[in-house]
Amino acid sequence: MSRREQEIEHLFRRAGFGASQEEIDAHNRLSFASYSGAVAQLLNYTEFPDDVDSFVQRPGYVGVTGRSGSGFQPATNILDARQRWLFRMIHTKRPLQEKMALFWHNHFATAYTKVVGEIGDSAIATRMFAAKPEDDGSRTTGQLELFREHAMGNFRDLLVEVAKDPAMLVWLDGRTNIRTRPQENFARELMELFTIGVGHFEETDVYAGARVFTGWNLALANRNTAQARYDFFYNAPQHDTTAKEFSFPIYSDGARVIPARSAADGMQDGIELINALARHPLTGPRLALKLYRYFINEVDPPDEGLIEGLARVYYASGFEIGPMVRLILMSSQFKDPANYYRRYSWPVEFVVRSIKEVGWQGFSVNTALTPLVNMGQQLFEPPDVNGWELAQGWFSSGGMLARMNFAATLATNQRFNLREQTRGKVDSAESMLTFMLDRLTPPEFSRDAYNALLEYANFGGAWTGSDTQLAAKSSGLAHLITGSGDYQLV
Amino acid sequence: MTRRDFVRGGVAAFTVGFAAPAFLTDIARAQGRSRRNLVVLYLSGGNDGLSTLIPYTDAQYYARRPTLAIPAASVLQIGSDSGGTPLGLNPRLTDLRTIFNAGRLAIIQRTGYPNSSRSHFQGTDIWSSADPSTPQGMGWLGRYLDRLPAPVDPLTAWSTVRETPRTLLARTVGVPSIANVQEYAFASPNGGADALAARQSATRIASHVPVDQPHLAFVNSTAQAAFNTLDRVAQVNNYAPTVAYPNNGFGQALQMVAGAIARGVGTNIFWVQTGGYDTHAGQNTNVANGSYNGLMTTLNGGLFAFYRDLLNQGLLTDTLVLQFSEFGRRISENGSSGTDHGAASLMMAIGGGVRGGIYGTAANLRIGNDNPTLENSSQDVRFETDFRSVYARVIDNWLGGDSSAILGGDFRAGPNFI
Repeated sequence: MSRREQEIEHLFRRAGFGASQEEIDAHNRLSFASYSGAVAQLLNYTEFPDDVDSFVQRPGYVGVTGRSGSGFQPATNILDARQRWLFRMIHTKRPLQEKMALFWHNHFATAYTKVVGEIGDSAIATRMFAAKPEDDGSRTTGQLELFREHAMGNFRDLLVEVAKDPAMLVWLDGRTNIRTRPQENFARELMELFTIGVGHFEETDVYAGARVFTGWNLALANRNTAQARYDFFYNAPQHDTTAKEFSFPIYSDGARVIPARSAADGMQDGIELINALARHPLTGPRLALKLYRYFINEVDPPDEGLIEGLARVYYASGFEIGPMVRLILMSSQFKDPANYYRRYSWPVEFVVRSIKEVGWQGFSVNTALTPLVNMGQQLFEPPDVNGWELAQGWFSSGGMLARMNFAATLATNQRFNLREQTRGKVDSAESMLTFMLDRLTPPEFSRDAYNALLEYANFGGAWTGSDTQLAAKSSGLAHLITGSGDYQLV
Repeated sequence: MTRRDFVRGGVAAFTVGFAAPAFLTDIARAQGRSRRNLVVLYLSGGNDGLSTLIPYTDAQYYARRPTLAIPAASVLQIGSDSGGTPLGLNPRLTDLRTIFNAGRLAIIQRTGYPNSSRSHFQGTDIWSSADPSTPQGMGWLGRYLDRLPAPVDPLTAWSTVRETPRTLLARTVGVPSIANVQEYAFASPNGGADALAARQSATRIASHVPVDQPHLAFVNSTAQAAFNTLDRVAQVNNYAPTVAYPNNGFGQALQMVAGAIARGVGTNIFWVQTGGYDTHAGQNTNVANGSYNGLMTTLNGGLFAFYRDLLNQGLLTDTLVLQFSEFGRRISENGSSGTDHGAASLMMAIGGGVRGGIYGTAANLRIGNDNPTLENSSQDVRFETDFRSVYARVIDNWLGGDSSAILGGDFRAGPNFI
C-alpha cells in the first residue's frame, strides 16, 4: 500500500470511523484526490446534505430492527435511537460531524437511565436525548442534535446550550435549583469537568455557581398529550438576586464578583459565569489536550507545542472548535506515521469501523447493541458525568472478549458476502490472508502473529478455492483480524 | 456446535498449554497465598452515611433535615457507640441487623481522610489508590497483587463490573473483569476443528506483548488474561446457590462471587459495585418508593443472600466483605429532597472473622466553629478514622500482607474489627 493510501486510511479512521472499500475507491476517483482535499471535505461537511436518516431501512445499507408491534421509533425508543446513531456513523457523508458529536457526548456525558427514572416517561426521555424536531409533533430537539449542530462550532455557545439542555437539567438536577435551596450538582461539574478542571476552584465557587444558576429550570409543554415536551424555563422568582463572589476572575478587568441584579435580569449571571469559564486560561489547554488525545495520540506524552498552538487558536478565534480541529488534521503531527495506531478505539468506533470494513449487507446494527454493553459503551448511557474511562480503561479481559465475540458475530453474518468478494481474487491461503489484511487496515502484525494467522488460513487441508473454503476462511480471518489486539488500535 | 459445546470441547485443548484449574489452585496454595476471600463493595456516588446509620437522638439531625430525617420510631436500634450516642440502622436494613445481632457486621463510623475531596472522581481515586497525594497510581489491592510471588494467576482477582477499577489496577497482573459468566466465552464463525484452530491462532496473536509498544502489549495482555481464565470461569456457569438471590445487578453479581468461591476457581479478591448513591435530588428517605429506600433494599437483600449462601456452605469463615463509598453527604438537606457532596461517611465489614459492633464515634451535628466533629463551616462530617487504617487491618490481619509497604506508611492503629 502506498504512503498516501495509508495517510488517507489513517485520516478516515481518526476523523471518521474508517472507510468502506467503496469510500476509498470514491476518494481515489476524485480528480483532486489529495490529503488536503480529503481534509477539506471532512471539515466543510455542511456542503453535503444531512440526509443520512433518509437511507434508514433502504436496501444497500446496514439494517435496523424495530420493536415488534411499533416498528422503528428512533425518537421515542432508546434502543432505536442507539441504532439510528450507529447507522449515521456507518453511512454518513459527514463523518467528522458524527465524530465530534460523539466527542461532545462523552465530554458532556449525560445518561438516559437517570433521566427516564426522574421523569418517568421513556418516550419523552428518549426525545430529550435523540429526537430531531422533524421526527414528530413534539418538535423536540434532543441533546444529540445539539451536539451535531454545534459539533464544530463555538464552545462558549455550546456551554450555554448545554446549561439550558433539558436532559442536562434533569441529569445534574438543575431543574430543582431554586433560590431558597441552591443545587450544586451542575455548577460543580461545569467547572470540574466541562471547563477548567478539578483542583482549580474552591468549594465556595461551587456554592456561588449553584446560586448563579438558580431558576434555570424546566417547564412541561403540551402536558398529557402525545406532544409532551420539556423546555428550558428561566424561573425568575426562583433566582437568587444577591451578588456572587468567585476565586477566579469573572470579567476581563479581573473583577471576581457577579453583581446583585434583578430577578428579571438574573439569567445574565449564568451567561457571565459561562463566559468567564470559556475565557479561563485553563479551559483552552484542557480542551486542546482532550482533542489532541482524541485525534492524534493518547499513548505517548502530548506534543506541548501543538497543545499551546491549539489553545492559542481557541482563544484567538473566540472559542471556536472548527479551527482547532483544522489545525489538528493539517498538522505534521497528525500525519506522522509514528502517530498511526496510537489511539485505543472506543467500542462504538470499533463496531462501526469493523462493520464498514467487513461488510453490512444483511446485518442489523441492533445485533451490536448488547455486545456494546459488554464492551463497556452504551450510547446515551455513559457511566457518570465524567464520561467513559478512555484509553486503557476500555480494555479488560471481559471487554476484550466482547470485542472478539462481536468480531465473530459479524464475520459469521458476512461469510457469504465475503465469499463473493473473495471468489476469483484469491488462489491460496496466503493470498486470502493478504486480501483480508488489505481490506481491514490493521497495523502491520508481528512476524509471529502473521504466522499464526497464516497457519489458521492453511488449517483444514490444501487450498481448493471451493465455496465452502472461501466462506470459512474469509470469515475466520475476518474474525481473527478484527478480534485481534492490533485491530483495537486506530 | 453451540457456544457451550465449544467451551467444553475447548477445555481439553486448553489444558495442553495451560495449567488445569486444580493445579493452579495448588500453585496458589504452595505459594502460601491466603485462601481467605475479600469482597470489596463500592457504593458509587457518595453514600449518605447519616441515612444508613442514624443518630436518632440528635436533635440537630432532625432540625437540619426537615424532610429527610428518619423518625426515631422507625430506625432499627442497634445500641450506642463508645461515645454514648444511640444509633439505629436504616429501616430497610432489617437483615443487616440480623447479621449485626449475630456479631458478624462491623460498622466503622466517620471514615475518611484529611481535606476530603468532594469530587466523585478524585474521591474515588483516593479511596482506590489509598494515596491522597497522587491518587492516579495503582490501586491498594493492585499493590497487594504486585507483591505476591510471580507469576500471579490473573484470576487471583475478579472485577464483577465491566472495567477494572483502580483499586485492582496492578503493575504486574491484568485483573479480569467478568460481569457475566455466560458471555465470558470464546465464539468463532466456524465449528469443529476450525474453531479450535481459530482459538489457538488468537491465543498466539495475543501472546505478542512487545516492550517497545506498551499500548499493544497492554491490549494483548487483556486478551491473554481472557484465554487464561475463560475455561475456569465457565465452571461458575451452572453454580446452584443455596438461597435465592435478588434478581438485580447487585444480587446477581454476589451470586457469581459466591459461585466462584464455592467452585474454587482460584480467585480470592473480588470487586462488587452498586450505584445510585449520588442522591442530590429525590433521596426521599421517608417516601415508600424514594430512591434511598430502593438503595437500602437492594443492599440489604443482596448482602443477606450472600451471607446465608456462604454460611450454608461453611464458606463464611473465609470471607470478608468490606464496603466503602467515595464520600459522605452534606448534613443539611437541599431543596430537592436530596443532599449534596460532603466529607466523611461510614464503612461496613461483614464476615465470619469480623468482630461485629459499632466502631468510632458519631459526629455531633450542632453548627458551631467549636464543634471538632464537623468541618466546612459545620456543613460536613469530619473524619475520625483514616480509611487507610481500615485497609491496613485487612491487609495485615486478613490477607497476610504488609500494610506499611502497600500503604506507604504505618496505619496499624486502626479499629480492631478483624
